[in-house]
Amino acid sequence: MFFRLVGRELTLAVRGGIGSLMAVVFFVLAVTLFPLGVGPELGLLSRIAPGVVWVAALLAALLSLDRLFVADHEDGSLELLMLGALPLEFVVLAKTAAHWLTTGLPLAAAAPVLAILLNMSVDGLVVLVVSLLLGTPLLSLIGAVGAALTVSLRRGGALIALLVLPLYVPVLIFGVGAVEGAVLDVGVRANLSILAGGLVGALVLGPLAAAAALRMTAE
Amino acid sequence: MPPIGSAFPVLLGLTGEGCKIPGPDNGAPGAARFEAQDVACIRGERPVFSGVSFSLEPGGALALVGANGAGKSSLLRILAGLLGRAGGTLRWDGAPLDDDWPAHRSRLHYVGHLDAVKPTLTATETLDGWAHLRGRARAEAGALAALGIEDLADVPGRYLSAGQRRRLALARLLATPAPLWLLDEPTVTLDAEATARVAAMIARHRSDGGMAVVATHGELALEGARRLDLDRHAIAADALLAGDETGAGPEPEHEAW
Amino acid sequence: MATRATGATRRAKAGWTSIHFFANPARFLRAARAVYPWAAAATAALIAAGLVLGLYVAPPDYQQGDAYRIIFVHVPAAWMSLFVYVVIALCSAAGLVWRHPLADLVARSSAPIGAAFTLITLLSGSLWGQPMWGTWWVWDARLTSMLVLLFLYLGYIALHAAFDDPAKGARAAAILALVGVVNVPIVKFSVDWWNTLHQPATISKIDSPSIDSSMVAPLLLMAAGFMAYYLTVLIPRVRAEIARRRIRNLRLAQVSR
Repeated sequence: MFFRLVGRELTLAVRGGIGSLMAVVFFVLAVTLFPLGVGPELGLLSRIAPGVVWVAALLAALLSLDRLFVADHEDGSLELLMLGALPLEFVVLAKTAAHWLTTGLPLAAAAPVLAILLNMSVDGLVVLVVSLLLGTPLLSLIGAVGAALTVSLRRGGALIALLVLPLYVPVLIFGVGAVEGAVLDVGVRANLSILAGGLVGALVLGPLAAAAALRMTAE
Repeated sequence: MPPIGSAFPVLLGLTGEGCKIPGPDNGAPGAARFEAQDVACIRGERPVFSGVSFSLEPGGALALVGANGAGKSSLLRILAGLLGRAGGTLRWDGAPLDDDWPAHRSRLHYVGHLDAVKPTLTATETLDGWAHLRGRARAEAGALAALGIEDLADVPGRYLSAGQRRRLALARLLATPAPLWLLDEPTVTLDAEATARVAAMIARHRSDGGMAVVATHGELALEGARRLDLDRHAIAADALLAGDETGAGPEPEHEAW
Repeated sequence: MATRATGATRRAKAGWTSIHFFANPARFLRAARAVYPWAAAATAALIAAGLVLGLYVAPPDYQQGDAYRIIFVHVPAAWMSLFVYVVIALCSAAGLVWRHPLADLVARSSAPIGAAFTLITLLSGSLWGQPMWGTWWVWDARLTSMLVLLFLYLGYIALHAAFDDPAKGARAAAILALVGVVNVPIVKFSVDWWNTLHQPATISKIDSPSIDSSMVAPLLLMAAGFMAYYLTVLIPRVRAEIARRRIRNLRLAQVSR
């Protein structure tokens, strides 16, 4: 039932067309703006690359969050999901998984190209992808809570950013920390383990909080 | 499925209902009784109604009437467990619903004002998706035909008219069996022909031992249905300011510090 | 399933309790009226004593001269920012679990006060930074954590205000506060981590490793004064909130039948 729901969400995203790829497009565009902004000096670019890529990933993940539950809320599907046999926590998890598959995963896939554009070393590139693979699900899970809290608000989009970005700070720090650790060759394991630990915690707490928020909204 | 839902129920104000997934076969109509006693409703801080009681038996139907804002939709949502109630008890076969909401959800169909039709999914996909949510592999055959939209089976939702989307939403009632139908003005965008089909569906459902609670303005023929006029259960306005005199809700647990 | 049951009845009763509460919050108001003058007097006395001790009695720092005296504002404000956030989180938990209306009101009324304390922390830190570091802002770990905390406060206030129905806003904000309070230590930890990675060479830490006992007394006095100040500001805010909800109920009583 869980995987069917994920499948349904993916079908919806695929049939939704180009809109679901906006996150990646934004990600690539935002990163390519940086060399234009700070100049093409390769040393500088490679120094700021981990931070730039991660900040852009953060913002890109945020971009599609406001639609995560709103569409289902507006057309009544959310009520049916709540009345279905799958507990709401798992519904949230399924929708979040689909969100990650359509935003976080493409971001991680696009990251190597951007890393090369920013003159990142190969070690850094590999760790960047790994850190994004660990970090972007966290972004989706934390974001789901923000999306659930604002689902019934008319202007939830801007509010989500305010609610969620402060909570993204640790993800950013450890994500960038891992990549810099690789670039400077001072070890990446601590940062990556913290990200992984955070992911495990968020896998449990995120759906709980988001489901509580959705129940409250449905009333 | 692990009981993650019950991990921190208190902390998050959650209600640990993630523990149990009812089997898919709970939904067959059977002999049972659905009772409400002294149900009250408050939206925000606005009291809507109180003292609503009824009892439904297999084959029974309840027509909810009342002015706009009387709480017809709220009552249906309370009966579906989507909305918390401000007092009273609900029972299925004598057992309080509060003991097992997942089981209750598996035996009811709720059709609200929204059709939940996705623009990019075809009618068949939509119907099967709804069946999946209730643990079924696919929708029962003939659900679309019963509403006269079998030739729209492969048409994506965005091409359907409002009436056709409504028919599709109502086809959900037949896509998976459930003994209790909660319908909120089901015929609101339907023409006379479709309205007659819905009336026939409800009659058939009842003759099979099902029950229906229908909010309606009278356009739907519900033979032998009991009427529940929510206007009679409205809470007087001054109850807001003098809660003690309503006498309708339970006494407050604590008189607040 | 039992949790669900009690949750639903609790929610059910809370509706009525809140009506009783809003109709008759006399007990709280009476207590508040009794406490308020004492809190106000304590604020004035403690802060005056703290300032005298801090500005005149305590000796100048051998390194920083008189500039260090801003810690008598900065440090208590930082403590209060965290303390108030914890109060909000505790009240949020109480509001979600017991649906206690006062908890929601205290949480909501505390948020702007806490945000103000956070802002004072940031401003005083920045003022202190100018003579110490020669710049108005350094990305010091504590200041950065405080900045994130300010954003958390702003998000909480904005979410609360975004809902038309204050009860819903309270619950949404409560969930956010609980998520936030889980995150505050993580943010703190991550920012410290980040700071050790990017340790700027020139800054001297804001730490006070060798604090003189003559500095401890004013610090504690100021902290107690700030606490009393919090109470002094909180009480009228809660009273205003009660009055606001009463007005709201009067309006609602006008429009309902």
